[in-house]
This record gives sequence, C-alpha cells and structure tokens, in this order.
Amino acid sequence: MFDLIEAWLLRPNFLAFVILFLWGLYIMVARPNLVKKLIGLYIVQTSVLLFFIALSAKTGATVPVLVSAADAVQAAAYANPLPHVLTLTAIVVQVATLGVSLALVAVIYRTYGTLDEENILKKLE
Amino acid sequence: MTFSVEIPLLILLIVTAAGAILVKDLVSAVFILGSYSFLLALVWAWLGAVDVAFVEAVVGAGLATILFLLTLFGMAPKDIHVHRPSSSWPALIGLPLLGGLLLYAAGDLPELGNPASPASVHVSPFYLENSMQHTRTPNVVTSVLMDYRAFDTFMETVVIFTAGVACALLLGRHRV
Repeated sequence: MFDLIEAWLLRPNFLAFVILFLWGLYIMVARPNLVKKLIGLYIVQTSVLLFFIALSAKTGATVPVLVSAADAVQAAAYANPLPHVLTLTAIVVQVATLGVSLALVAVIYRTYGTLDEENILKKLE
Repeated sequence: MTFSVEIPLLILLIVTAAGAILVKDLVSAVFILGSYSFLLALVWAWLGAVDVAFVEAVVGAGLATILFLLTLFGMAPKDIHVHRPSSSWPALIGLPLLGGLLLYAAGDLPELGNPASPASVHVSPFYLENSMQHTRTPNVVTSVLMDYRAFDTFMETVVIFTAGVACALLLGRHRV
C-alpha cells in the first residue's frame, strides 16, 4: 500500500488525469443536461492530453527548440517532441468535434425547446 | 525540474474542473471551463510543451469558450439553468472500479520527468538529433508536424473542413 501511494506521488499528473477523466465520464453519463454533458466531454478529452504531455516531460530538459544549429544535439536536453505533435492535432480535432456537437445541441434546442434529455425523450414519444 | 509549481497548478486544475461541473448556471460553468483551459496551458508550458500551451490557450480557452457561449446565447434564460442533478447507479459502481484499476496500474508507468522512459528513448532522439540537418528548422515540433508528418496534418485539415461543412449543414437555413 505504501509503495502504491509513493507511486502516485511520483506521478502527480497521472493522479490528476484519473480524477478528471472519471469525473468527466461520470458527468457525461449521469447529467441529463446536454451542455453539461459536453462540458464533461471537454474535460475527458483534455485529461487524456494531460496524460500524454506528462509522458513527454524530462527532468532538466528545456523546450524542444534547438538552441544552436552548429552543435551536436543531446536528446536528453530537450523534451520529447512527439507527444507534443500528437497533442496539437488532438486539440484541434477536439474543438472540431465540440463545434459539431454544439451545432447539434443548437438544432435540438430549436426543434424541441429544451436541453433536458428526459424532456426530449418525452417529446419524442 | 522541481514539482513545487506543478502540484498547486494540478490542484487548481481539479478545482476549476469541479467548478465547471458543479455550477448550476451554464454560462458561469462555461467561463470556469475557460479558466480551466488556461490553467491547463500553464501546466503544459511548465512541462516544456510550449507549442501545445499556445494552442490550448488560443483554441481551447478562446475558441471553445466562444463556441459554447454562441450556443448558449441563443437560448432562453430559464433553459440555461440546470435544475436537478441526477445520478446513474451503473456509472457510480463501474467508474470507481475503472479508477481503482488505473490507480493500481500507476506503478508500471514511468515517473514524471524520467529521461529514460520508453517514450523518450525509442524514436524521439532520432527526430531531435536529425531535424536540423533534414529540415533546417530549429523548432522540432514544427519540423515533425509540417515535414515528417505533413500528411497527418493535411488529414487534420480535412477533419476541420468536414466539421465546418457539418456545422454549416446543421445550422444553415436550407436543409438538405
């Protein structure tokens, strides 16, 4: 048990990822309000990106922009750039999906006059 | 890298996420979500991911907040207030199980900031060491995004275009 707590304290980002991911997922499942569900979706997406970026960090490393063009590069002196590239793509795709789902919510509100999932289901019957 | 700044930032991150989830008024919740995005950008800048921090501050905190607000401003005030929180028992049982599994497996991950982690010793040194000769670009993130992985970025543009077309079809006056 003590080993496990030490493992969490060495990975504070992973602990934050687990809390944000599960809470956002719970909000997506449990809350009937559609915009609240999208807030939960946004928190789930960003928590996964937080996890990826935590993997790229190196102790004592700087940002992945090369300081000098002439010197040979020491890979340990720069943060790992590959999770950054993946995350840049993922953030933009995340906002694209968010935009489409918000447009869907706007059309649902225009058609049914409510954001509450249960009221919408009642009107569908 | 010391973690003295990291821990307070992560606590603030969880507090703002809790605010966005628990606040009843949706407009307030969206503004708190914007501050959550800014704190996330700070965490990423602290971890050395400056490009990602810029994108999160502009696209996450800026554009996503504006999209939420544009949607909410078209609605009646009584509808943008959450009346009753409800709970779902299957989720309340299943998600703690998933969380316990994730926390139990935490010991197998590399520690935060470990330079010898598998992600940092496999292919990423190749990009860091050869990017300058191959692409003449000091920013390795840019050279991977725009040169080594240009097709991925092109497909990302296709995704954004598709999302734009979908929004225009959903919100446009002429329905297909």
